[in-house]
Amino acid sequence: MTQHFNEMYLGAAVRDPYARLEAWMRTMPADLRIQKQAEAEALFRRIGITFAVYGEGGDPDRLIPFDMFPRVFTHNEWARLERGIKQRARALNAFLVDVYGRGEIIRAGRIPAKLVYQNEAYEKAVAGFVPPKGVYSHIVGIDIVRTGPTDFFVLEDNCRTPSGVSYMLESREMMMRMFPDLFRENRIEPVDRYHELLRRTLTSVAPAKCNHEPTIVILTPGHYNSAYYEHSFLADLMGVELVEGQDLFVEGEFVYMRTTEGPKRVDVIYRRIDDAFIDPLCFRPDSMLGVPGLMDVYRSGGVSICSAPGAGVADDKAVYTFVPEMIRFYLGEEPILNNVPTWQCAKTDDLKYVLEHLPELVVKEVHGSGGYGMLVGPKSTKEQVELFRQKILKDPGNYIAQPTLALSATPTFVAEGVAPRHVDLRPYCLVGERIELVPGGLTRVALTEGSLVVNSSQGGGVKDTWVLAE
Amino acid sequence: MLSRTADNLYWIARYMERAETAARLLEVGARISLLPTAQGYRNEWESILQSTGTQGAFGAKYGEAIQRNIESFLFFDRDNPSSVASCITQARENGRIVRTALTGQVWDALNTAFQELRQIERTPRSELELSRMTDWTMKHAAMVRGGIEATLLRDDGYDFLNLGYALERGDATARLMDVKYYVLLPRMGVGSGVDNDQWSMMLRALSLNRAFHWAYGGDVSAAKIAHFLILNPHCPRALITCVTDTNSHLARIAKMYGKSTDVQAKAGALQAELDTLTPDAIFEEGLHEFLSRFIRRTAEIAGMVHNTYLSGDMR
Repeated sequence: MTQHFNEMYLGAAVRDPYARLEAWMRTMPADLRIQKQAEAEALFRRIGITFAVYGEGGDPDRLIPFDMFPRVFTHNEWARLERGIKQRARALNAFLVDVYGRGEIIRAGRIPAKLVYQNEAYEKAVAGFVPPKGVYSHIVGIDIVRTGPTDFFVLEDNCRTPSGVSYMLESREMMMRMFPDLFRENRIEPVDRYHELLRRTLTSVAPAKCNHEPTIVILTPGHYNSAYYEHSFLADLMGVELVEGQDLFVEGEFVYMRTTEGPKRVDVIYRRIDDAFIDPLCFRPDSMLGVPGLMDVYRSGGVSICSAPGAGVADDKAVYTFVPEMIRFYLGEEPILNNVPTWQCAKTDDLKYVLEHLPELVVKEVHGSGGYGMLVGPKSTKEQVELFRQKILKDPGNYIAQPTLALSATPTFVAEGVAPRHVDLRPYCLVGERIELVPGGLTRVALTEGSLVVNSSQGGGVKDTWVLAE
Repeated sequence: MLSRTADNLYWIARYMERAETAARLLEVGARISLLPTAQGYRNEWESILQSTGTQGAFGAKYGEAIQRNIESFLFFDRDNPSSVASCITQARENGRIVRTALTGQVWDALNTAFQELRQIERTPRSELELSRMTDWTMKHAAMVRGGIEATLLRDDGYDFLNLGYALERGDATARLMDVKYYVLLPRMGVGSGVDNDQWSMMLRALSLNRAFHWAYGGDVSAAKIAHFLILNPHCPRALITCVTDTNSHLARIAKMYGKSTDVQAKAGALQAELDTLTPDAIFEEGLHEFLSRFIRRTAEIAGMVHNTYLSGDMR
């Protein structure tokens, strides 16, 4: 495998943004490190930031491993990332408005109709409806990897309900609490405006029939959900109610929540449940999570749902290939952030290439997420590769393949001291009347040596992400 | 606030108070069993079960009412919804659901109790003394309550928590007394050594032993104890104190919401009755009858609190 880029070093020299951290690392006594690590863990557990993994059994209150070594971007690096992220978020929303409207991009032959209209995530129920301010995806999580000093690639887009922003905020809290000196020595852009911006974003997309300060709620599937901590954390920060489906009901043209003082109208729902569970009358009749009749109220402008039902069609792994095309088509710009070259196993030529180069590639399910159901060729045994070959042959349309990228690594605290570990980045772009992005994001780190899988459900950890002020 | 949030807050309080009651019962039972009790008394452990209304469930699972089994049942048993372990787990779960309606300190107290409970459950039973377990429970109940008093916003959530505490505590005191009501009947010859020992053990388990003597002095008598635990507004566990708390929090809620309901009227009527009641009148009705009636009325008030505020069905 090719040499990966270590974000702290350029040859033997320490790169500028890490200069002070290098000294910090070198002079930190081992016992202090161990003590701080234990302190962080105890704090996380006390606050209750835990993470449950579905179907795994074991400790239902597992902690996400937190690594104290921050990951750093310079002001200029971030400026470029920010432009690229915002550009992408704009294009994705333009695409969504288009495909639920006239479908210009399809008529122009820039993206195959089948890929959109026959996509599982395409909601016919909202075709023809334009949500307030023309925004479908209000929180866009864009997963980015780095392979060199100036090389960034977008791995995937998350237009529905990207999670993890609580870790971004809590990691920063933790670092400021444990290492205040670091924040005095380095000039680090704050991220703590996120909840204000989120609230402003949600307020800005209040529905047509709302003529007062909108009442916002967060809709959670409930406290058994693995991201429940995050749902309650965000509700708390924004000062809005955290509701479950059973707390809401529809009467006439509006949605209400059940309160101790009687029904209270709800105007904006930041939902953290999947489309299929929003309204049993419209989608899955067996769902207990949703609110019967909600979609009718939504379509008649009585309530806003964020992200809008149907937003998922933009973050499908097959549609992903066409995002650069969307940027050119809707914005008339060249993409600032590149896609990873992707082979569609649905195409005969691509499939042939993929099957011939399987041991070098990363293969993913089109609708998969969480790092499950994927093959990392160079890290797999012959048997695993062959097994996957059979899976692909059985249903080629379900797979895409990408070259195995040499993900950048950053110094990470491990049992033996400090060692490089691979990382990615998920920034959270907010789209409402305006497009906002706090300087930072969630850096996920693959804690196992050599591993490229950073998903928290697969043993990944998180670190604080710094953007240095100019 | 969301009805479901109010409901969870209310149940946090009820469960924490119930855990404390279970621990206090264990303590009463253990202390009484150390007395050289005269023959002819019912097994003390059985009367403990009777007060929690769980005799049947216990018998089916354990059979003999010996101390070790009772400890298992009242402290550890997850099949017993009123055990300390069940109550603390439930309270913490309710807390987790309404994490945003609690301060860090209250959550911390609930979560710490739960995390420590899991450690206790992993400790070999031979290393666990009963007194350590009951002290532990009361300490954590106090920490949760202290967290609420010291840090929580005095909004309607605070009132629903306190309603839970007041209703649960009144019910517990009444049940505890009911178990021993026959000892208190004047014609049964109160003043015999055994009865006095039993009552003073009970006062002790309620942490009210000294308070009682400060307030009344002299010998223990049926009338004094009935007055203390039912009618003395200075006693923190007296029925009247719990009813007064219930009323004051219901009144705050009515004021906050600008609307008084049937539940305020119902609780007010109970208060009015207790305010003018005398020990003589209680004994005339029959202590057992009075306590049964009180338990029923408390349950009715709790049911109305549920229908009016917690169910979310109010229009």
